[in-house]
Amino acid sequence: MAEIRNFTMNFGPQHPAAHGVLRLVLEMDGEVIQKADPHIGLLHRGTEKLAETKPFNQSIGYMDRLDYVSMMCNEHAYVMAIEKLLGIEPPVRAQYIRILFDEITRILNHLMWLGSHGLDIGAMSVFLYCFREREDLMDCYEAVSGTRMHATYYRPGGVYRDLPDTMPQYQYSQWRSNKDVDRLNERRSGGLLDFIADFTRRFPACVDEYETLLTDNRIWKQRTVNIGVVTPERAMQLGFSGPMLRGSGIEWDLRKKQPYDVYDRLDFDIPVGVNGDCYDRYLVRIEEMRQSNRIVEQCVAWLRANPGPVMIDDRKVRPPRREEMKGDMESLIHHFKLMTEGYSVPEGEVYAAVEAPKGELGVYLISDGANKPYRLKVRAPGFPHLAALDEMVRGHMLADVVAMIGTQDIVFGEIDR
Amino acid sequence: MSAEVPTGVEPAAPAAIAGEDSGPDLAQSIARELGDRVTAVPNHCGELSYEVPADRLLEVAGMLRDGPEFKFEICADVCGVDYLQYGLAEWKTVAATASGFSRGVSRVGASSETIDDALTARPPAGRRFAVVYHLLSIALNQRVRLRVFCADDEQPIVDSVTAIWASADWYERETFDLFGILFRGHPDLRRLLTDYGFIGHPFRKDFPISGNVEVRYDPEKRRVIYQPVTIDPRILVPKVIRHDNRYDPQLTATKPNG
Repeated sequence: MAEIRNFTMNFGPQHPAAHGVLRLVLEMDGEVIQKADPHIGLLHRGTEKLAETKPFNQSIGYMDRLDYVSMMCNEHAYVMAIEKLLGIEPPVRAQYIRILFDEITRILNHLMWLGSHGLDIGAMSVFLYCFREREDLMDCYEAVSGTRMHATYYRPGGVYRDLPDTMPQYQYSQWRSNKDVDRLNERRSGGLLDFIADFTRRFPACVDEYETLLTDNRIWKQRTVNIGVVTPERAMQLGFSGPMLRGSGIEWDLRKKQPYDVYDRLDFDIPVGVNGDCYDRYLVRIEEMRQSNRIVEQCVAWLRANPGPVMIDDRKVRPPRREEMKGDMESLIHHFKLMTEGYSVPEGEVYAAVEAPKGELGVYLISDGANKPYRLKVRAPGFPHLAALDEMVRGHMLADVVAMIGTQDIVFGEIDR
Repeated sequence: MSAEVPTGVEPAAPAAIAGEDSGPDLAQSIARELGDRVTAVPNHCGELSYEVPADRLLEVAGMLRDGPEFKFEICADVCGVDYLQYGLAEWKTVAATASGFSRGVSRVGASSETIDDALTARPPAGRRFAVVYHLLSIALNQRVRLRVFCADDEQPIVDSVTAIWASADWYERETFDLFGILFRGHPDLRRLLTDYGFIGHPFRKDFPISGNVEVRYDPEKRRVIYQPVTIDPRILVPKVIRHDNRYDPQLTATKPNG
């Protein structure tokens, strides 16, 4: 009889279920995985090193490109770190706007996750439903920042500009019937807040739709229940955070436990799983979308009632407005210095963390008193999750690897940095 | 789904601002339990930061994980720092008006002025490479930062904490990859982020931002080849260190709103 050997298999980096550029070297015994060795770094751009060569504000745009499906949350962690070092605090309205967009981002991220996770393990239609709602949220990004994805909207000391009174409109074209365009534009006839308010009214029914497709779906349950179980002790030992930690039954959310900005003024719940398997993590994320919707509603109500400044009134951090520059020499000088050299940040080190959709996204910043960071380290939530992939997939079948990558919500922009 | 079913550990009640609320208590327990094993690093952001001698790292890490008033179950982050050019500006503002600033300026070591600076301002032996650990306690809702300096600048090495926190595994691999810091006792210290066969440690301060080699397709050899980089390194915005009275600790101590 021939000698039976384990089989080594290459998964990715161009596999569509690898969520980007993951190369997995799998050691198989038949169809059962003995060992998984993720090879990462194919998307390593050296963001942290690049940030060391640029003034602080010029790196905000890099942060969007870390976790490129939850853009503004990354910016949030970065500007918070700078604000802590500078000892400044943004106006309350800016804090509400940030939280509004953090939660929109969370919904965006979870929709992307749900769609692609479903697609990976055989539920095609969910993807189409999710992207329908994603489109509306992308329009919010576009309305506020001018771009659909890489917004670069947050600034140390506030946000770039106030929420717009008008929404971008669809144009008549040969690609859509005029009736469709009119229907789409009707929602966009008011300001951004009206559009978001309209979205929050529609969205719970949309989540119900996703749940009809999946929650009690027999195939979905077969693919996720009792797959990739992580005990709470192991989850902590492996450095998990976010839904991966909460799916294992640990009630830990930075928005509640170490609230930043105005999260302590908002009313929302933290969903927690029980079994720590893929299905529980799915339920946690679904519930998080509903809770995010609640937070967005509250932010919209507050922002409607409370106009005010969205940027700190500190000449050493905020560039002056263009009208001021025309008549005021001081403003011209400040503008020139801020745009060419940037501001110097006092010497020190800081760790600022936000609850990004994927978990704790921390920014560790060391400043030596210069206009550039001395060292920037991004603590990406997906990094320890992917490191634990080996432990999670051992003993599972090959097809479950895909479910596991999906449940970890892997995005290589943040893991490779 | 059944929400709010606590299994495993019981998380702590929310603190208003975690760093400030748990800070003084934790600082006292660390001073009491760890004593002279650690040195406090002053931090104006209200975060707790300690320096640990390399030979006591494992002892301190074990105590921080298991001690009843610490309970740091999670090692949230491990990263390396290279202090080679700490506090070194690329442009001296005093002399700059005469010479101006050219785009083609090279990093430290180019002009005679900066060479002197580099020699005098170079960190003392054993203070170049550091490994920084960020610990998080879910049970007590507190954070702490540890910093360990590597004694040898040529071959920096510290003990691996993978036996204490499994999450340190990849973080240490990454630190080794990017800074060349070795971890004694790590089960599988391979490169993580850089390319297969990469030479050098890119996050060291003496590694150029443009790298040392570039790849291109060679039509004669009909394959992709490596060659030395052809672009000139240049700095678009010089690093400037400004003394700002608003952040002067002595001035702000007397004038709180500085």
